[in-house]
Amino acid sequence: MASDPLQAAASGAHAVPFAIEPKGSAPAAPTEVVFDLRDVNVYYGETMAVRGVSMQIHKNVITAMIGPSGCGKSTIVRTLNRMNDSIAGFRVTGAVDYHGQALYAGGVDPVEVRRRIGMVFQRPNPFAKSIFDNIAWAPRILGLKRDIDERVEKALRGAALWDEVKDRLKSSALKLSGGQQQRLCIARAIAIEPEVLLLDEPASALDPVATTLIEDLMQDLKQTYTIVIVTHNMQQAARVAERTAFFSLEVSEGERTGILVEYDDTATLFTRPADERTRDYVTGRFG
Amino acid sequence: MGTFEPGLALTASPRLRRRQRTDRIMRAGATTAAILAVAVLGVMIGSVVVHGASQLSLSFLVDNPAGGALVGVAGGGIANAIIGSALLVGVATAMALPMGVLIAIYLTEFATPRTARPIRLALDLLNGLPTIVTGIFVFGLLVASHGQSGIAASFALAVVILPLITRTTQEMLLLVPKDLRDASHALGVSRWRTIIGVVLPGALGGILTGVVLAVARAAGETAPLLLTCSIFSNRTTLNVFGAAIPNIPIDIFSYSESPFPAEHAKAWGAALVLIVLILVGNLTARAMLARQRRRIGGH
Repeated sequence: MASDPLQAAASGAHAVPFAIEPKGSAPAAPTEVVFDLRDVNVYYGETMAVRGVSMQIHKNVITAMIGPSGCGKSTIVRTLNRMNDSIAGFRVTGAVDYHGQALYAGGVDPVEVRRRIGMVFQRPNPFAKSIFDNIAWAPRILGLKRDIDERVEKALRGAALWDEVKDRLKSSALKLSGGQQQRLCIARAIAIEPEVLLLDEPASALDPVATTLIEDLMQDLKQTYTIVIVTHNMQQAARVAERTAFFSLEVSEGERTGILVEYDDTATLFTRPADERTRDYVTGRFG
Repeated sequence: MGTFEPGLALTASPRLRRRQRTDRIMRAGATTAAILAVAVLGVMIGSVVVHGASQLSLSFLVDNPAGGALVGVAGGGIANAIIGSALLVGVATAMALPMGVLIAIYLTEFATPRTARPIRLALDLLNGLPTIVTGIFVFGLLVASHGQSGIAASFALAVVILPLITRTTQEMLLLVPKDLRDASHALGVSRWRTIIGVVLPGALGGILTGVVLAVARAAGETAPLLLTCSIFSNRTTLNVFGAAIPNIPIDIFSYSESPFPAEHAKAWGAALVLIVLILVGNLTARAMLARQRRRIGGH
């Protein structure tokens, strides 16, 4: 069911910057905590990129992270599946717990972490393989070889792409449109059945129609997965997320550090923000 | 700087005319140099074709040298040398390729900038090393104790082409977008599986191109062969661990040193065969490389 904001997105009617009708859906009874961040600081070398983030992310809930560029929202989301590990100088302090286990504890294997916490990136990045192999490749390596055809079909159906590609599974994934490629990337991520899906600005490179498809898709995926979405698009956060975290930048002594300003139910954050900075941002006064 | 009189003529001043003259002279000089470079290649290929074409025949390509152990006999061909060169280069590539690809993987995927720099420098120096030095090194290492052999020659050629294969492979691996590595890592796929399943296939065309370039280079190398693989029979020899293996560069060298005009002609013929093989290899590789750069880079 396409609600009005979705229609608006589809027709590109973003003229009123602030006609945000948050998904009023009163947050259901709080579900289990998946991520528990307590006083998290992230450093790149000597620079502190993000400071003092404390928040809990709940199971089967869509949590959005919004804020101006450079506010550390992507950094935080990449901290959740240890994608930052490969960046030289990356360091995290404070507690990042996943179901009570410290993600950055000594014995934790980042490969195993990412196995359970999937990620979809800003730019669609399908492999230069066939549509089928894009999805089947990782499950095969991870030992999920049984019924691979069904697994691929299920993933493609899950990403609302099956009907468009079922007749050309053997053709190259690079021939798909940008929006299809991004849904393929989502299918690829859910094919290994992770628990969490991290979406790092998944629609920013897509046109409004493709964006709407992805947003609709998220509502379905939420039944099965815990979803965290980073977006620079406030309307998108308002449309899809139950919980929204607003990040901002703090500049002191020439250093720009990202901070978590406010984290609340999306409806509350957009209509009755507690913090003045949040209000300025969501009413379009800055950002 | 003063202001100009509005009415001043817009023709060139003597000073400007002098500058224009210098400009023309420099341009002419640079153009001539560029034409000369092309001309040198043209004249060289031309003379090889003129002298060698008369030798070319099916028999020249498929027959061994005539006369058995006798020298200076006209007729026959260089089949043993063509096969031998292919063998030597093949074995050299088989040695250098896995090594070169592994080094390139280490440099792009695992090394920190601090460790990568000295390794890259070493490879560049190795690439610039006179090949006669490589030859004398292998001579001391293998030939002095065990005599000339195909394997000694292949080893020397492998040392020559190792930096070439490594650098081309490395360049191609760098072209594989980081996005794809991220995508694979985010699926819980380990680093090695990512390299084997995503990075190497993405760079495969480029690596093959590097191999073709390296093969072309190795096929023409002469200095290391003089020291490791230059005293051979007129027969086809396939055992690389045995005696020296006939090869085209040494054929060209020894035939041209010969007192018999018939052998001079053979030297030209052999030179033509070699140059055609190398030119074809080089041009194919370049075309492949350009296509590969566009394909990977354009993603």
